[in-house]
Order: sequence, then C-alpha cells, then structure tokens
Amino acid sequence: MRVVIAEDHALLRDGLTRLLEAFEFEVVATVDNGPELLPTLREHKPDVAVVDVRLPPTFTDEGLQAAIAARGVVPGMPILVLSQHVEPLYARELLGDRRGAVGYLLKDRVCDVAEFVDAVRQVADGGTVMDPEVVARLLDRSRPLDVLTAREREVLAEMAAGRSNAAIAAKLFVSEKAVSKHINGIFTKLSLPPSDDDNRRVRAVLAYLNA
Amino acid sequence: METTDWIRDGLRAVGGSVLTIALSIANFALFVLFLVALVSTPVLGLGLVLVPAVTALVRLRADAARRIAARHGVPIERPYRVRPAEAGPIGWQACRWILTDPATWRDLAWLVPGAVVGLGLGLATLAIPLYGVQGILLLPLWIWLGTGSYGYGFIWPIHTVSEGLLSLPQGALFLAIGLAAAPYVRRCDALFAALLLSPTGNARLRARVVELSFSRADTVDAQAAELRRIERDLHDGAQARLVSLGMTIGLAEELIGRDPESARKLLAEAREVSTTALVELRHLVRGIHPPVLAERGLDGAVRALALTMRLPTAVESDVTERLDTPVESAAYFAIAEALSNATVHSGATVAYVRIHRDDDRLRMEVGDDGRGGADPGRGTGLAGITRRLGAFDGTMTLSSPPGGPTVVTMELPCVSSSPRTTLSSVTA
Repeated sequence: MRVVIAEDHALLRDGLTRLLEAFEFEVVATVDNGPELLPTLREHKPDVAVVDVRLPPTFTDEGLQAAIAARGVVPGMPILVLSQHVEPLYARELLGDRRGAVGYLLKDRVCDVAEFVDAVRQVADGGTVMDPEVVARLLDRSRPLDVLTAREREVLAEMAAGRSNAAIAAKLFVSEKAVSKHINGIFTKLSLPPSDDDNRRVRAVLAYLNA
Repeated sequence: METTDWIRDGLRAVGGSVLTIALSIANFALFVLFLVALVSTPVLGLGLVLVPAVTALVRLRADAARRIAARHGVPIERPYRVRPAEAGPIGWQACRWILTDPATWRDLAWLVPGAVVGLGLGLATLAIPLYGVQGILLLPLWIWLGTGSYGYGFIWPIHTVSEGLLSLPQGALFLAIGLAAAPYVRRCDALFAALLLSPTGNARLRARVVELSFSRADTVDAQAAELRRIERDLHDGAQARLVSLGMTIGLAEELIGRDPESARKLLAEAREVSTTALVELRHLVRGIHPPVLAERGLDGAVRALALTMRLPTAVESDVTERLDTPVESAAYFAIAEALSNATVHSGATVAYVRIHRDDDRLRMEVGDDGRGGADPGRGTGLAGITRRLGAFDGTMTLSSPPGGPTVVTMELPCVSSSPRTTLSSVTA
C-alpha cells in the first residue's frame, strides 16, 4: 500500500515512516511543509496520505486545507489527518464532501501501534475514522439527537470511530445482529435514505457532528 | 421633526428651567456655607468636620448640574480625584484630599457665576412662554371686562377690543418662540456649566493614570497567578509523568533479557503514562492559547467553541480577518467565559454570540434566553471578563433583568493600546 506522509517534525516524520514500513506500507514520499503537499499528492496519487494539520510556513491549519483541496481535485482520495488537538469543527469540514475515506485522529493514537495501523488501513479502504475525543466532546452536549436512545448513541459513537459492526458488537458486548438493528434504527430516525452502506455511515456521523 | 416633538422638548426645557432656578438659589447658600466652613477651620477644628460635609453637598449639587447638562447634550465628566485610602469621611486627611483637589476650587468658582447664569437664563426661558400664555388667555378677558389703560406686545396701550384681540396671535407667537428657543437656552446654560465643572486636561490625565495603574496592577496579578498555575500544572502533571515514564522504560530495559513478559507489561504501562501526559498537556495548552485560535483566528475559534457547547449556540460574525494576537486571545476568553456562565447559571435553552467590528472597535455580544438575574458582583466569572478586557481599555456591560434574557456586551479597541492612541484618546 502506497503512502504519502506530511509532517514537519523530523522525529515524528521518521517515526511514522519506520512504523508504517514495519507494517508493509510503502512510503512513496514525505513532505515537511504545506505548499508541497498538494502537488505531491497529485503526483503520487497514494493509496492513503497521513497528514499533520499544522505545517509550515504559517503553522496554522495548512495540512487540513491541503487535504480538503486534494480531495477536491482527486475526489475521495483517502487521507488520515493527525493533530495535537481535535476540533469537531475540523471533523465536520473533513467529512463535508460525504465521500468517506477520511480519518481524523489525535497524534497520541500513534502510540497504540496496532490500532493506528488499523485506522490507516480503514481509511485506505474508504472507511471513516473519527477520534474518540471528537465524539466525546460532542457527547458532552445535552442537546442533539435526543431522538436516539442511549444505546443508539453509543453505537453511533463507535461508528464514528470507524468500527465495523463486528467490532462494535464486541466492544458493547452485544450480538452483531443487535448492532445492525441499532444501526438501522439510527438510519431511520435520522431519516437517511438507503444507499450504499458506507456512505450512509458517513452521513450518520455527519448528522451527529451537525446536531 | 414632528410638530409635537418640539412642543414636548420645549415644555421639558421650560420645566428644567424651573428646577435650575431652584437649584441656582441653593448655590448661594452653598457658597456661603463653604466660606464659613473654610473660615472655621482654625476655630476648634470645626472645619475638619464642616469642610468635608459641605464639600459633599457642593459635589452633590455639581453632579446634579452635570446630569442636567448631559440631558441637554453636553456630557460633563466628574473631575474629582479618587479618595486616598487613608482619608476617612471627615478629619484632616479628608480635608487635605478635598482642598488639594483643583476640582474643589473650580466647583467653588462656579457656584456664584453658575447661579447667576442659571437664574438669568432660567427666568428668560420661563418668562417668554409665560408672557405668551398671558397674551392668549388673560388679555381678551380683561378687555372684555373693560380694564383700562393696559397693553400687550407691540400695542400699548390697548384702546379697542379689536386691538386687544390682536394680543392673541402675538401671545401665540411669543409662546412658540419661547418653546422653540427653550432647549437652546438650556444648552447654553449647560455649556457654561461645562466651562468650570468639567475636568481640566490635567485632571483627565491624572484620572487616566489612576485607571491605568489599577488595570496594570490587575493584569500583572492575573498574569502572575496564571503563570503560577501553569508552572504547578506542568510540575505536578506532565513533568512528573515524564520522570515516571523514564523510570518505567529504564526498568523494562533492564528486564528485557531475563523477563521479557514483565518488560512487555512495563512498556505497555509506559505507553499509558505517555498518553495521560499528552492529554494533560493538551488541556493545559487549550487553557493558555487554544490551538484552534492560533489556526483559525477569533471567528473560527468561536465557531469551534459553539459546536462543543452544551447549549445550542448560534454564531454571527463579520470579523474574518486576523486581529492582534493579544486582542484575539482576550476576546476569545471573554466570550468563552460568558458562554460558560450562560451554560451553567442561566437555565437557558439557546445562546448566541455576535461579533462585529466597527473600524477600531470590536463589539461582542453573548446572550441567552435564560432566567436572567445575573449579578456581576457575585462569582468571579464576570469580574474576570472585566479584568481581561480592562487590560486593553475594553469594557463589559451586563443586562440581566429577572426573568431574562441575559445579554453581555463587550467592547475592545482593535488596535492594540499603544501610547500614541492612548494620548490621543485623552486629549480628544
């Protein structure tokens, strides 16, 4: 699997490269600043890109902007965005094109190597992976999705984190059948019309972010 | 202007002149009292009591004049120096504070001329419309009753009934002129009061220096407390965790040859500790300067904040450009504090934030539909906002009637407070 890494800290860039190569990814290019990122992505068309939000020269959200721009040029290009902090606002912007193949994780998650590599693979496969912290900060609100039951909200949170039905079932100690029942309940209550399943999952998460 | 408007303004001004006449008479009494108080100072120390007491009355009277002037479009600031901490309500220190304040002597200088001008203009304001009323009401009646050699206006004396009836339009004219002119006459009175009752340039600068020293002391205190908190958080949090992390990894290194299983457990533990340290650092950073503020500026940061508020919060903002970092930060934390107050205390169901920039002033409004009754004196939240904004010459006003809604309005100068702008605002 071919990867492009955009990270300005040399230590982290080398660490990420080493980590991904250890799991049979092929790192085709690394970038250490914002302006080079978009051309590099267009040139290599990687299977997935791992991008830091904050990059030189402005050290603001150049990585995020480049990721969104890249997906404008190559629709649905899989991109996993990493950051020292997560904002539901950024998550909403990343998911804005409703195409999936997007991840948004805290850099801390790199520490859990197996789970991180799993997240990279899921994004490459077109899945959506949201950091649990994004979900937690949204769950903290009382408004929202009051139509959903507590269980359905839990399932939605797991869905946002990019987990499959089987993984959700294992995590919540229920049967896979029960999970798909909850998911259907969520789709119905959020009035998401049937379409291909992945897209619907993204839209459910978006509804969650917009509530 | 509507026809009724000038009549109403005129009547109000005439009413005001009655008040001014009464107050002007009091001026003479105050002037005499003050002189007596001064003279009596060497006598049995009577002045130590009298001077402060009479001065309080004089200032009360001067403040009344300032309020009246403000009503006629001539705002006059209070010029008095702040009472020093050691001065009681009466006594030597209080006298010293009063007698060394030039504003005291300017008040005194104003008392008599102010009274003369007040009386003169007041009587004029009153007399012209009254003469008009006399023309309209009384004269036709008197002439009817056959009162002899009498006149009105331009006809003097009146010989016939038809001449007498002419006093009617004349009276109406006098009344109209009197009412129309009354507000302008009151304004003249107010302008005269401003001559002596407003602070001198010197007094203004002095007041400004006092204000700046207070806000600087506040800011320095707050900053020191903030740094202390950060130091403590780092010391007890991330730093301690990094030490334990190093120890755990070192131990794992030792064990890896003979007891790989224990070493693996230790490494897993080390990873946990590093995650916790990162979480703590992230919270700390968010409290110092939220990353989203650095990345997106005020507009984006407030939107990001609204998205995670427990209260559904609408954001309206026309400030998309970046502001000076300190201003941005003060504005953000002030809004965050106001929103968190709304969430915790108001019992509201929705809140809103409006941010608007008027050239060099940033205006922020945070409102909710809660139960109101917020008290700036209680709790530290609102005081904290005032302090934060005060460092930039910003202001906060709170409107929170019982039953709601609560609206916090905050203003900040957008250009950072350089000495140049400070001086020009003083001399303006």
